[in-house]
Amino acid sequence: MDLTLVAQGLLSGLLFGGVTSLMAVGLTLIFGVMRVVNFAHGDMMVWGMYLAWMLSSRAGIDPYLGFVVCAAALFVLGLGVQRGLVDRILDAPHEMQILLMLGVALVLENAALVAFGPEPARVRSSLTLPPLWLGPLFVDVARLITFVIAIALTVLLGLFLFRTAFGRRIRAAADNPYGALVVGTDVRRVYAVAFGIGAACVGAAGALVAPILPFQPTTGLGLSVASFNIVIIGGMGSLLGAFLGGLIVSIAESLGAVFLAPSMKELVSFGLLIVILLFRPAGLFGKRAA
Amino acid sequence: MTWLGIAALGVLLALPAVVSSYVLTILIFIFFYAFLGQAWNVVGGYAGQLSVGHAAFLGVGAYASAVLAQEVGLSPWLGMFVGGALAGALGAVIGYLGFRFGLRGFYFVLLTVAFAEVCRIVVNNVEAVGGAVGFYITFTGDPRQFQFRDNRAWYYVTLVLMLAATGIVALIERRRFGVYLAAIREDESAAEALGVDTLRYKMLAMIVSSFLTGVGGTFYACYLLSLQPNAVFGIPLSVEIIIRPIVGGSGTLLGPILGSFILTPLAEVSRYYLGQGGWHGAHLIAYGVLLVAVVLFLPEGAYPRLVRLVRARKRA
Amino acid sequence: MSLLEARGLSKRFGGVRAVDHLDLALAEGDLLGLIGPNGAGKTTAFNLLSGFLAPDAGEIRLRGRSIVGLKPHRICQLGVARTFQIVRPFPRMTVLQNVEVGALARHAGTGAAVRVARAVVEQVGLGPKANAVASGLTMPERKRLELARALATEPAVLLLDEVMAGLNPTEIERMVVLLREIHAAGMSMLLIEHNMRAVMALSQRVVVLNFGSKIAEGAPAEVARHPKVVEAYLGEEYVDAAPAR
Ligand SMILES: Nc1ncnc2c1ncn2[C@@H]1O[C@H](COP(=O)(O)OP(=O)(O)O)[C@@H](O)[C@H]1O
Ligand SMILES: [Mg+2]
Repeated sequence: MDLTLVAQGLLSGLLFGGVTSLMAVGLTLIFGVMRVVNFAHGDMMVWGMYLAWMLSSRAGIDPYLGFVVCAAALFVLGLGVQRGLVDRILDAPHEMQILLMLGVALVLENAALVAFGPEPARVRSSLTLPPLWLGPLFVDVARLITFVIAIALTVLLGLFLFRTAFGRRIRAAADNPYGALVVGTDVRRVYAVAFGIGAACVGAAGALVAPILPFQPTTGLGLSVASFNIVIIGGMGSLLGAFLGGLIVSIAESLGAVFLAPSMKELVSFGLLIVILLFRPAGLFGKRAA
Repeated sequence: MTWLGIAALGVLLALPAVVSSYVLTILIFIFFYAFLGQAWNVVGGYAGQLSVGHAAFLGVGAYASAVLAQEVGLSPWLGMFVGGALAGALGAVIGYLGFRFGLRGFYFVLLTVAFAEVCRIVVNNVEAVGGAVGFYITFTGDPRQFQFRDNRAWYYVTLVLMLAATGIVALIERRRFGVYLAAIREDESAAEALGVDTLRYKMLAMIVSSFLTGVGGTFYACYLLSLQPNAVFGIPLSVEIIIRPIVGGSGTLLGPILGSFILTPLAEVSRYYLGQGGWHGAHLIAYGVLLVAVVLFLPEGAYPRLVRLVRARKRA
Repeated sequence: MSLLEARGLSKRFGGVRAVDHLDLALAEGDLLGLIGPNGAGKTTAFNLLSGFLAPDAGEIRLRGRSIVGLKPHRICQLGVARTFQIVRPFPRMTVLQNVEVGALARHAGTGAAVRVARAVVEQVGLGPKANAVASGLTMPERKRLELARALATEPAVLLLDEVMAGLNPTEIERMVVLLREIHAAGMSMLLIEHNMRAVMALSQRVVVLNFGSKIAEGAPAEVARHPKVVEAYLGEEYVDAAPAR
């Protein structure tokens, strides 16, 4: 086994892991606060990608700037979905919540299909530069930029949640909805904002990944499933778990592609998922059991 | 009620004589999806264990009987049961892992999805069964090979599948098995306190459900003559399987059938008309909207609502 | 030999000793009251006896045979039936179907099970509600349903967890009469109860728990005067048989 190949796999996995983490953090935030699993997560991300694509092809805005717009648009979408739909079924059995979100996912995916067609799309960033060389390893600059911005956003989100008053209220609601109610937090507002932020995460992640990953409307499903894997592996509702889980899964898949075959890389994360589900359902970094 | 059933059966038996081939094809799919929905209903409806990975069982059943027919020459009439048994075994493994380790709700959903995805990825990479290209079955039109030239024969095949599954579910519903499944769905701890071996009955439900679904795989293979791993094992097919019983009323005997009679033609017709204008996917938007609407406005499904309407009418 | 016997039964939750070296013995035909302030460990004791929790230490014997480590359904089949303090009806099933689930523990065929269920439903006075959906029942009806389901499993011992909580005095009176009938027909019972008057009316003997340990045992009237018991109840609820509000 060629060590360079392994190191290269590790590096690519790590760099790609930035967006994966951001995506998973968004999902776990929504789950942590509302106990609702956003089955439309990946499809929301695909909309982030297509928005970046439109901004780039129609208005000439580079995705590395456009991601701000994408995040804002998805924030509004998430807020709307929470207010209009999720809010009505917060107390329903979880099968019903899952089905509702499946419905939303179907609508989003196929709306993208109707709007943009089934062919794979790709966004070109004007920032695309020749790869950097780190000794024998090459670093794709687009991946590097994507990674840096994604990590920066995750850190910003962390600062917001841990350092601002509203962020603390969101975390309080996540820890104990009734406690938050008692201290007078407007829980409905917290919920809507939390869902909005969760969606904004994938809005940004979608835009950031668009220059390095070709996509089509059906991409969303795989992304949803990937984010579920990550949050279970990291620990449902744990922000740190989602962040580290995103990096771990991305690296594991990247290595899987090296050791198995590129088409089998997801097998690694599903294998990891099944093991975690069975032996540590609270996840690597979660405190709550299943 | 009995007379209504007999009349309905009479109509269904006579239908091929009068309807067009296009309508017949739609009916074939109505029956087949009703069959799959009924199979799912055992574990997803009656036992309340939400599996979103049932495509795995269909895929295993389809591939098993197709490969056995093409490579070994085993008639699909037998391969059907081999496929069912393999699917049942897979169901037993998934069920055991999920139930033994107490995975509920989203965790169980994800376990079923993960297994289906593992199947899809593995089959995509096994060149011996065609890999990503898919597996093809030669058309012979030989009834001994479970192939028919006449759509009317397929019509009766799927009608029998649907009625058989419904018969099995009716038997289950009236027995201790069925009552226990309902109790498990309603409150697992309370059921345990009343002497219900919940692990055992959930396992049985999973095995029956996956076996039946696997048997259905043979129809899928022999009717469509081609198997694509991404289609046969894909999550979209799993969603197709569960959406009909849920819309019709999961955990009810006639829910899956009613759901299929509502949704299959809708999907077919919208696919036909909307697909023509380049609106690929529009019918799935309609599906999504319907799913949302059912959750918000008709969470128990169409059949229980229908029953209450009829009762209210009678009393009035 | 005791019908149901626990020795040194212990269970901790983190730092809380919910049940601490508890000894209990119930003879055939006994009606033993289990009382104690909120959080004393009564429900936890039931969870241990019925297999819903595994004890950290101790032994539980049913007719001399150890039942520690058995699953709840197995313990039910062996003849120990319990009710839940927070009632858990099968909400979308009818009263009769709810009770049928219990009866199926002894009768494999639904025909026989339904017959038993019907008789039990009549016995607890839910006859007129037999075909009503459980989610529509009032609290007193739910308590009766909880009792009926446990009875339908034809147990050797009934473990009843606060079946009178939330009932008004008339309803309590009716429940006392019902329990007395069931006991008179030969049923052995362990009864967790907050309402002292009901306990006194029903049981020959009570065990008092506080912080997981047994602090007193004896005839209800004696126990009620026991200083430790008075102390345990101070600030909680007056030991005197004050009429329920
Ligand atoms: N599942 C549990 N996890 C943690 N603590 C528990 C649990 N069940 C009971 N407890 C604690 O054990 C103690 C006894 O509770 P319980 O048996 O319900 O008392 P009682 O029924 O006498 O009111 C209480 O302090 C309670 O908080
Ligand atoms: Mg209690």
